[in-house]
Amino acid sequence: MTAPGEPTPCDRARGVALLTATASVIRKDLLLEWRGRARINATLFFAIMTLLLFSFAVGPETKSLAQNAAGYLWLAILLSSVLSLGESFRIENENGALEGLRLIPVDARAIFLGKAIANLVLLTGLGVLLIPIAVALYGAEISAGFPRAVLVLVLGCAAISAPGTLYAAIANQARARDVLLPLLLFPILVPALVGAVKATQLVFQGDPMGQLDSWTTLLVIFNLMYWLLCLVLFGRVVEE
Amino acid sequence: MEAARLTNVSRRYGKRWALIHLSVLIPEGHAVLLTGPNGAGKTTLLRILATALSPTKGALSIFGMSPATELDSIRRKIGLVTHKSHLYEEMTAIESLTLLSHFDRKVNAKDIPATLERVGLAARAHSTARTFSAGMRRRLSLARVLLQQPDLLLLDEPFTQLDPEGVALVIEVVRELKGRGVTLVMATHDVERGRAICDLHLHLVGGRLGAPISSLNATTVVKAE
Repeated sequence: MTAPGEPTPCDRARGVALLTATASVIRKDLLLEWRGRARINATLFFAIMTLLLFSFAVGPETKSLAQNAAGYLWLAILLSSVLSLGESFRIENENGALEGLRLIPVDARAIFLGKAIANLVLLTGLGVLLIPIAVALYGAEISAGFPRAVLVLVLGCAAISAPGTLYAAIANQARARDVLLPLLLFPILVPALVGAVKATQLVFQGDPMGQLDSWTTLLVIFNLMYWLLCLVLFGRVVEE
Repeated sequence: MEAARLTNVSRRYGKRWALIHLSVLIPEGHAVLLTGPNGAGKTTLLRILATALSPTKGALSIFGMSPATELDSIRRKIGLVTHKSHLYEEMTAIESLTLLSHFDRKVNAKDIPATLERVGLAARAHSTARTFSAGMRRRLSLARVLLQQPDLLLLDEPFTQLDPEGVALVIEVVRELKGRGVTLVMATHDVERGRAICDLHLHLVGGRLGAPISSLNATTVVKAE
């Protein structure tokens, strides 16, 4: 007998099945991204080009570049994320593969978690490559240390990948999907983007007032909200 | 027992009605030939039966279960072979079927090589779907169905884009599944081949039950001639 509120063996089995299915979706998505490396390369070069364009647009004012390095870095990640998120659902749409998964049936929550985590891994990888480039281009310094920079990067990318995966699934069903995704995604990401930029600015420029923890906590809260809400809504989006 | 029951089912795409007040009962263990001209609603009907589409109006039950409450249980009982291969282009045949085995407990990964052999894809087991012809994709879809062991198999134009050997394979697989008691619904323009396999006939015209059975009341299918 299990006490009231305690998970039953059936609940546990369902939880294990969800985790196993999520792991399979992650493996599948990362395998497909690896096989289509041209797409990853294109996203990376697009992000690097964006960083370069910001430095050209601002000119040789190194102080201004260093001050805004965090903003430029996150805009480059955000703009590139639209490419990678759109691509992750284009491969699902190609032969009705997503429909195939739902008809097996694969739990919609496993599909969401698997795809969002795979997108998070890719975006974080992109961010890790972009940080040294931003540091070199804009003359910024990582005052709070690389591990702290990576933590902020992971939280910021997670805040993009959860709603990004949901909205990519919605946009994928529309004709003007390439236009629709940024239109849907960017407004909802504004609070998280502000948090990520502020936290990264403190990582770059130092944190004399001890504000970094507050911004990091705020990012964690945004992530909890985004991931839970998107997890609940994704099933409705992929059914028809 | 009934495998599927549609009661007053209608389905609309934009302003166009693809199915109109369709009431059909498909008895378990039978093979239904689904015919009709282009745009008659055959694919829509199959997709509704597969729960890939919801009816705009009306009710559907599969093996006595309603999709509104037992969607996943229904889907575990259904196999679907359509022009959509449901494949990832960058995955090999063996990877596609292995992925299926990760999600579907009925699929035994040990059976995959033998199944690929059976559908004539053993030599291409490690080739990606991108390199497959339409006929090979259809064979891989058949391999999925063989591994899934559905109770209700839905086939949409299963003979198109197949060479004579592939057509023979489809007929052999379908007959084998029918022999195991699987309920079949096969939409095809190849009426002669369909009649050789199926024992019931459902004809659609303009989204409604067609001329051969228009005089019959709702909730019925007729025996093939």
